[in-house]
Amino acid sequence: MEKLKYALFTGCTAKQSTPEQMMSTMAVADKLGIELVELTEASCCGASHLQDYDDFLSLVLNARNIAYAEKHGLTMVTICNTCQLNTAMTKHRLDNNEELKAKVNEKLAEVGLEYKGTSEVTHFLYAIIDDFGLDKLKEMVVTPLSQFNIAPFYGCHNIRPSELQNETHKSVENPYNPTSLDDLIIACGGETVDYDEKNKCCGFHVELQAPHTAAVLTGNAIAGAMDGNADWMVTPCPLCHLKLDTQTAHASEAIGREVELPVLHMQQMVGLALGCTPAELGLNHHLAKVDFV
Amino acid sequence: MSTEHKITTQKVNFKVFRFNADEDYLPYYENYDMEVTSEEVVLDILNRIKWDHDGSFSYRRSCRHGICGACAIKVNGRSTLACKESMNDMVELFGNELVIEPLSKKRVIKDMIIDKADFWEKHDAVTPYLVAEIDENPQSENLVSPEDADKLDEADLCIQCGACHYACPAVEVNEDFFGPAAFAAAYRFSADVRDNSTSRLADVNEEKQGVWDCVKCFECAEACPKEINPIGKITKLHQMAFQEGIAKNNVAVRHAVGFKKSIMKNGVLDEGGLVLYSEGPAIVKHLPVAFRMFTKGKIVPPWGITKSENLDEIQKLVKSSSTAKF
Ligand code: SF4
Ligand code: SF4
Ligand code: FES
Repeated sequence: MEKLKYALFTGCTAKQSTPEQMMSTMAVADKLGIELVELTEASCCGASHLQDYDDFLSLVLNARNIAYAEKHGLTMVTICNTCQLNTAMTKHRLDNNEELKAKVNEKLAEVGLEYKGTSEVTHFLYAIIDDFGLDKLKEMVVTPLSQFNIAPFYGCHNIRPSELQNETHKSVENPYNPTSLDDLIIACGGETVDYDEKNKCCGFHVELQAPHTAAVLTGNAIAGAMDGNADWMVTPCPLCHLKLDTQTAHASEAIGREVELPVLHMQQMVGLALGCTPAELGLNHHLAKVDFV
Repeated sequence: MSTEHKITTQKVNFKVFRFNADEDYLPYYENYDMEVTSEEVVLDILNRIKWDHDGSFSYRRSCRHGICGACAIKVNGRSTLACKESMNDMVELFGNELVIEPLSKKRVIKDMIIDKADFWEKHDAVTPYLVAEIDENPQSENLVSPEDADKLDEADLCIQCGACHYACPAVEVNEDFFGPAAFAAAYRFSADVRDNSTSRLADVNEEKQGVWDCVKCFECAEACPKEINPIGKITKLHQMAFQEGIAKNNVAVRHAVGFKKSIMKNGVLDEGGLVLYSEGPAIVKHLPVAFRMFTKGKIVPPWGITKSENLDEIQKLVKSSSTAKF
């Protein structure tokens, strides 16, 4: 197989409050022989908030990010569900509206760039599943996670709106019964936990403005995983990770029950199975202690 | 070439939610095994349960045409218009074990029939009608151009089925929250060029009840059988608040505006700075968690943030592309 190569859109969180996500992404890519060219010129995607204030600016900035992936002639790979959604949504809107695309390109021309629509946009989770292949991953597992019950937490913006999925990755998810993370857990040798909240919202995006709503959603998600007998949770989204890992005190208070579980990034889970060290994967950066390794 | 249409049948097990508020203490599930044909829709199954198995089984339906909104239920957790949803598609999505439930289990009166009072109260609360001074003896018609009609973005096609409302996690958690259908209705009239309401947009911007409490989960977009995309309308209501100059200077609004400020400064976000800008002095309540994050290396101080390369490009684009004011 030709070496896989992507333009990596890190998003902001992997560079700030989840450094372990960046470390584990690099460690896993290295093990799998995937080359990642970091888009250091990229800006924030607007995280599903900028568009509430200034939709056109959000489009221009996301188009600029994709334009840099296009310059490299590579598929853009994201490592955050919300980055994935904002980028994929921008691509969808521009690719389906010539007038809008022309308007955006008029702006990009001011800085010598053009959005063409030639680069695909996918999430690292789907790059592993669709392009690398789970069978191949299975063959490379050196430390099967067989003693663990692992609760997948999908995160909204990878699975909804489902109409975007056909355009961004081949392993199309059923938002009511998603399977990608479960498949990944199984490929790593773990047992998956089935629970009602696995495809529900963690509440991250309203943590500041609607803290009670956010805390209840977080609490319910962790409680669901705990009731499913999970040893830990795993998520492809650093924002879900942040919410589930750092907000357990608020969540416990909101639902009237102590809830806490280790919440690993999917890259950390894959890294463990591939034999990376806990230090390489940044497992010491979590608030909920990861004490099983 | 044969154009013969082949009807196929398959065995499906239905696990059906049953509850009668007058008699039952707890709900229970009844199993029904049936041969289902590829021609049937979910409503046919509900009918067959009632006609062939148990006459007391209760549900709502009226038009059988996907336009009255009465028959909305959940199949395997997915909101569905029973009269529109084909059994073939359901089996393709979920396999041969299907769980039939009402839209909201906690609001059940009998089997699939729920009390939608909260839905209608929320609907009423957003001034869901056109507010306009009408000349009693108009000299001409009040014409709307096709371009202006397009601005409604099909929000007028809502059939009030409640599928989105009872799929919305914010509705479940926050009893004040208007919910996606009410927002779709609010947008439908606020976007109408003939409308002069002065209160609707302010109402849907109030904290606790309004658009700022939407968690952006896209459940409503997924659930809507009429493809109205309520969260798309919610986004537009956010934007209207800025355009009309009614966005209040509160934590929710500053959180949206803060992104532009942060991007202008660094290209990437300054996550701590964003929280500070959004919360103001109230940021102190985050300090215990922030401290724990700091000790785990999860917080980067403002001076440690790696700015985007070619930041000048980003700044130029922010200046030249941004029209929103706050
Ligand atoms: S996107 Fe907002 S309105 Fe829609 S279901 Fe989620 S929380 Fe409710
Ligand atoms: S927006 Fe869609 S799902 Fe919600 S009530 Fe209207 S038709 Fe039903
Ligand atoms: S019966 Fe009217 S929408 Fe289904």
